[in-house]
Amino acid sequence: MPKGINPKAKLVKNLFAADIEMKPTRDGYGQGLLLLGKTNPNVIVLCADLSESTRSHWFKKEFPDRFVQMGIFEQAMAAIASGFALAGKIPFISSYAGFSPGRNWEQIRTTAALNNANVKVAGAHAGVSVGPDGATHQMIEDIAIMRVMPNMVVLAPSDMHETKKATIAAASVYGPHYLRFGREKSPVFTTPATPFQVGRAETFRFGTHVTIVACGIVVHEALKAAEELSKKGIEAEVIDCHTIKPLDVKTILASVKKTGCVVTAEEHQAHSGMGSAVCEMLASNFPVPVERIGVQNRFGESGDPFMLMDAFGLTAPYIQMAVRRVVARRDGKRVSEIPEYITAAEKRAADLKKQIISEALARTPREWGGKKGTIKDLIAEKKKKA
Amino acid sequence: MPQVTRKPEHLHDKKLQKLEELAMTVRRDIIAMLTEAGSGHSAGPLGMADIFTALYFHVMVHDPKKPDWADRDVLILSNGHICPVRYVAMAHAGYGPKKEMMTLRKFGSRLQGHPERERYPGVETTSGPLGSGPSIAAGMAYTFKYLDKKPNRVFVITGDGELDAGVIWEAALFASRNRLHNLTWIIDRNNIQIDGYTEDVMPIEPLVEKFKAFNFHVMEIDGHNIREFVDAVEEGRAVWEKPSVIIARTIPGRGVDFMEFEPYWHGVPPKRGEEAETSMAKLRTLDGLIRSEHE
Repeated sequence: MPKGINPKAKLVKNLFAADIEMKPTRDGYGQGLLLLGKTNPNVIVLCADLSESTRSHWFKKEFPDRFVQMGIFEQAMAAIASGFALAGKIPFISSYAGFSPGRNWEQIRTTAALNNANVKVAGAHAGVSVGPDGATHQMIEDIAIMRVMPNMVVLAPSDMHETKKATIAAASVYGPHYLRFGREKSPVFTTPATPFQVGRAETFRFGTHVTIVACGIVVHEALKAAEELSKKGIEAEVIDCHTIKPLDVKTILASVKKTGCVVTAEEHQAHSGMGSAVCEMLASNFPVPVERIGVQNRFGESGDPFMLMDAFGLTAPYIQMAVRRVVARRDGKRVSEIPEYITAAEKRAADLKKQIISEALARTPREWGGKKGTIKDLIAEKKKKA
Repeated sequence: MPQVTRKPEHLHDKKLQKLEELAMTVRRDIIAMLTEAGSGHSAGPLGMADIFTALYFHVMVHDPKKPDWADRDVLILSNGHICPVRYVAMAHAGYGPKKEMMTLRKFGSRLQGHPERERYPGVETTSGPLGSGPSIAAGMAYTFKYLDKKPNRVFVITGDGELDAGVIWEAALFASRNRLHNLTWIIDRNNIQIDGYTEDVMPIEPLVEKFKAFNFHVMEIDGHNIREFVDAVEEGRAVWEKPSVIIARTIPGRGVDFMEFEPYWHGVPPKRGEEAETSMAKLRTLDGLIRSEHE
């Protein structure tokens, strides 16, 4: 049986190197729209006052006649888009996932999904890696509310290239689609040659001991975890489940029949997301132990994006803990009542908070009750260490 | 327990000058805080510094030591992204230690990038996604007026780009239908939103006529003139049969000349070093209100 990285996945060579290219997935959306602008005259783009941060401004610049400026109104945008779709266009509606589909869910449900109108909903700033903007802008419930909707295709691509492919693919298939992507730079680990097809999960790494099903930027973390586990003799199969609906039952089931246990990983609530979709499918077909990596029934918060991924337990070390746990469960061994990946992340979050806040307070200027320096010193260029 | 006096206090010239000076300090702290945070919104907070200073230090009945005091006036910030100005005004009012301003947008801070009630009760409501503030304010005003029959006033601040949202006008219908005279809606009319000038992105004028048509008592003021603002609040207090709206004409980025009127500065902070230092220097000379050794 093959082991290690799937050569047919055509991933980058420097998969785990420090110099791996970092680009936000939203860039892939912008690039995909640009290409669609050239190839498909029916594609139009709507944006609710966030054209730069959703990267739809690239399309706006090249195809101003097919860019439709919305105000800050996601509800109307969804219904207006349905109007465009019913009149024969392929509208992409662009905003933050928290607002669209967060705010306009009913308009999407009735006017796009129930109408089976050809509307493409693009939710930027999904996940906690949004960073300092905080909980209101970190959408981690969108997969749940969109995958429950009949007629809706739900896509959560894993890096910039895949987001570009997903954008282009969404336009080529009739019907309502939801496409989620993020704000922060993340590893570009697939290549233009990496296969992509809506509805088909890609096996990026072969293994026989455990199946890791991941989506979004966490797929790269899953690969990192698999690499580390391999050193300890655990071979993990890593599946990029970019299409959450319709779920690729065939690929996932074939892997799970081989491994007998599953870890799911996503930048979303651990409940009701991609992991839950996998659980539903397994419960009906082939029940095995599953551990779900995700946000543990809480909201996000302000902080550095990478720090948040760590503090919320969404990175490789926690995936490894989940793998060890699920393998132990499959083998009938005793495990702790509360999973280690939850307690470890909680501790990590508490430690990081203490460290970050005390470091900041130590530099408080005199005007704000501190002892060191003034506000003038605070805002001055940081002196380079000699 | 503080005395509940809801009689309008006359704004003496001396107090006015104090408020104006305090507003400049608030601006200084906004710039310092954003520079330290390394992300956040500059234009809105600087533009609303005068009004927030007036609200916290003259207009509102409140007790920083008891943020949930039942007799307080309530301030709902609907456009949550301008929270730095609220955090600074609250720090100066005594809701928390001033040093807390060092922690804006950092992991573990009460000062979230968008305000959160569960972390910092004085901010009254969580906000960020635009448009919901007037509805929350209307719900509270209805409670005070009809259910609890109490004199608390409710203030709500929205942006102007925010007025694009349909829910804004749903709240306006509700407030005027229920004659919520205890509700004062303050609109930060600075003419910018993220994608550009409001009248280019999604025109909202004629705004005065719109609110008149929704049966509001409408006042239009210079949002940097604290006396005009205080007078408008008092005028609204005297109108029994309608909710009030104060359209405050403000300059986004007010006080830092290169930020003023520029949509670019909607959502970015000054960079540490020259940009932040220049911002601070520009501020220090504004209208000659603040004099310093750096002039």
